[in-house]
Amino acid sequence: MSQDIRIKKGLDVKLVGEADKTTTTIPLGSVYAVKPDDFHKITPKLLVKVGEEVQAGEALFYNKANEALLFPSPVSGEVVEIVRGAKRKVLEIKILADKQQQFKDFGKKDTASLSGEEVKAHLLASGCWPFIKQRPYDVVANPEGQPKAIFISAYASAPLATDLDYVLQGKEAELQAAVTALTKLTTGKVHVSVAKNGNSPLAALNGISLHKVSGPHPSGNVSTQIGKIDPINKGEVVWVVTPQDLVIMGELLLTGKFNAKRTVALTGSKFNTPSYVEVLMGANIADVVTTNLEETNERIISGNVLSGTQVNKDGFLGYYDNQITAIPEGDDYEFFGWNKPVFNKISNSRALTFSWLTPNKKYDLNTNTNGEHRAFVLTGAYEQVFPLDIYPLQILKACLYKDLDEMEALGMYEVAPEDFALTEFICVSKQPHQQIIREGLDLMLEEIG
Amino acid sequence: MGLKQNLHNLKEKYKGTKMAPAFNAIHTFLYLPNETTHNGTHIKAADDLKRTMNIVIMSLVPCLVFGMFNAGYQHYLATGEIERVTSGFFSGGFWTVDNFMVGFWKIIPLVIVSYGVGLAVEFIFAVIKGHEVEEGYLVTGMLVPLIVPVDIPLWMLAVAVIFGVVIGKEVFGGTGMNILNPALTIRAFLFFAYPTWMSGDKVWVHGAVERNNEIIAGSNLDAISGETILGSYAQNNEVMYSLSDMFLGFIPGSIGETSKLLIILGALFLIFTKIGSWRIIVSTLIGALAMGLIFNGVVDAGWITEGSKFYGLMSVEFWQHLFIGSILFGAVFMATDPVTAAQTNKGKWIYGFLIGFISIAIRVFNPAYPEGVFLAILLMNVFAPTIDHYVVQGNVKRRMKRLKAKTA
Repeated sequence: MSQDIRIKKGLDVKLVGEADKTTTTIPLGSVYAVKPDDFHKITPKLLVKVGEEVQAGEALFYNKANEALLFPSPVSGEVVEIVRGAKRKVLEIKILADKQQQFKDFGKKDTASLSGEEVKAHLLASGCWPFIKQRPYDVVANPEGQPKAIFISAYASAPLATDLDYVLQGKEAELQAAVTALTKLTTGKVHVSVAKNGNSPLAALNGISLHKVSGPHPSGNVSTQIGKIDPINKGEVVWVVTPQDLVIMGELLLTGKFNAKRTVALTGSKFNTPSYVEVLMGANIADVVTTNLEETNERIISGNVLSGTQVNKDGFLGYYDNQITAIPEGDDYEFFGWNKPVFNKISNSRALTFSWLTPNKKYDLNTNTNGEHRAFVLTGAYEQVFPLDIYPLQILKACLYKDLDEMEALGMYEVAPEDFALTEFICVSKQPHQQIIREGLDLMLEEIG
Repeated sequence: MGLKQNLHNLKEKYKGTKMAPAFNAIHTFLYLPNETTHNGTHIKAADDLKRTMNIVIMSLVPCLVFGMFNAGYQHYLATGEIERVTSGFFSGGFWTVDNFMVGFWKIIPLVIVSYGVGLAVEFIFAVIKGHEVEEGYLVTGMLVPLIVPVDIPLWMLAVAVIFGVVIGKEVFGGTGMNILNPALTIRAFLFFAYPTWMSGDKVWVHGAVERNNEIIAGSNLDAISGETILGSYAQNNEVMYSLSDMFLGFIPGSIGETSKLLIILGALFLIFTKIGSWRIIVSTLIGALAMGLIFNGVVDAGWITEGSKFYGLMSVEFWQHLFIGSILFGAVFMATDPVTAAQTNKGKWIYGFLIGFISIAIRVFNPAYPEGVFLAILLMNVFAPTIDHYVVQGNVKRRMKRLKAKTA
């Protein structure tokens, strides 16, 4: 059964610096890193020491709460440094890559003949499990959970997002193997959403329930799709996987190798030639951006401009990220910036802001907050860009005053921080919506589990 | 470059001190700050609270300027020095320098006192509590002079502003936390503390009170009467103004409320810029019309006869209620205050409707308070969270039902 999804509420943030559809393969870099912070709420227990040799796919650490949950190295090489922060928290595990990559052999599998338990054991052992995330709470899926369905969004609608139709071309075999494996993990369906006018290689897969999505961002967010297809109720769990992670999973099943290769979009106005590059997960940012980046007061973001993480040039690509965005920093004052007419910024209102006149114009936005942090004042604006059947202002306030019953009643199980990226973008009071939601989810996870 | 850099250095110097909020308030007035995003969204839309508030102020300026001309016009009209204008909105006899100067010298002090005292209170609270000076008062300070009679003594206004800002807003935690509309809290305080300056037929025209006092003292002068239309109706008196006077605003009343034309233009601007809630404005007017229709029906049914003290106001054609008093001003500029209004879209419809409905009810039933709009809005401010609660419960129940359907 195919069910099309069309949303009206939302906002396409159009920026300059869309990636050209050309892919360069970046040669193997020197140092790679895995950052345990990329896996929210996971407490790492290290399995390696500095100086040890690891193969690609070999586990670096496991989750304190669940020893079976392993986190693999994207490359083979020598563990050169374990960076720790306050209270000896592990921040980065750095690996010096071998010139000749050694893959740990997990064995080829015939996915069609595997049982659900065998698939689960294989994904856990090979370090592919962290690719599966769960709702509620937007964390790495609990292997003991029983998902009512698995959702895959093959349509990225975020600003300057990677064109998944382009980067997934020719990966049909891997995708099919991974999807077949996933169907063993749930009693429900595997829902795949593709762009309505796109040409996604996922559309032709077997064993899926296909949905065609149209409408402004956040139509590509998986929460939006879950809400339209099969909303999460209290006590239910759904799992989500992103398509590029499916490819890695599929390759593992087909070849027995954990090949952490990703096609990453370099986007934003600070790239000389925005385009795609093929790199390994955890790559050093400097190795990836090479000479493409214009280094004058720039902000580098691993991920998209709405939900990504700020990184330095000597930092590393996030585990789940398939995009690096570079935009200008906005650390300058603007004379009477609060009352003069604005033509070069995006706005959801028409308060002497004129972006409504040019809906297709691409903007070069910087990181200025365009105002100071205030209490929530305006009402009714968030709803215009928020397609879920949830009251955004009310749920944010419930998170702020930590009322668990109210958070639950208002639909906290159905949301992830990224769903509040647009409301945060347009927020007149400049409130950190995603952080508020993240803290609310963490509180629920702690108290309710 | 000079000013920008100097201010930046000063900001760094004051950082962390008690005076930082006060300095920042002035600094950010001149320059959009250099603050950048951290994690979360790395880009932000162009609007901030200052810009939002500024739009509301811009929509009020025409009412203020008109109020200045009208103050002079009503004064000279009452003293008999000029004739009533009859040739439409741009009548030459209205837009004269003489008229303007009378109003200017009466109203600018009100504006200065309103902003001066109100912002002083805001700054003091910001410094004591260490939060930034929030922009809410920029609008309140503009609204206050527009909703008082022209001759109100400045000290009264100052006392009321202090009361309104402290009790109406700061005790709840400042802008965004308050339950009651601060501007209306100020008006309510004036109304109940100094009723002789806020109602009756002497306060609406500049000079009327003074003239009255002179007459009492024995001067042989004609009294100036400046009865409002509502006052006339409530006394079952003949109304001396034409509908076009009411619409264009050539009538006595609080400073900014008289010109319905300019209020409608302001409303259109607010709705177009998406700052004011059209839902509240429209539903308030619908509520007022509904109540007006009910009263018309009562009169038509013969339940109220000409002898009744309610006859005058009940028999007003229902749609004319919108041209009388401050219902339009209240609907556009007061009821729409996002902090004190209902916050859900459905709630806004209910909230606005009840404001209109209750406003006209108070207007008709209580001649002692010929204008019920501010009381109705304050009342609904209190009930807005309750309305929202029930609207949100609808969403919660839908979710519960979905869960039950699943588990059943």
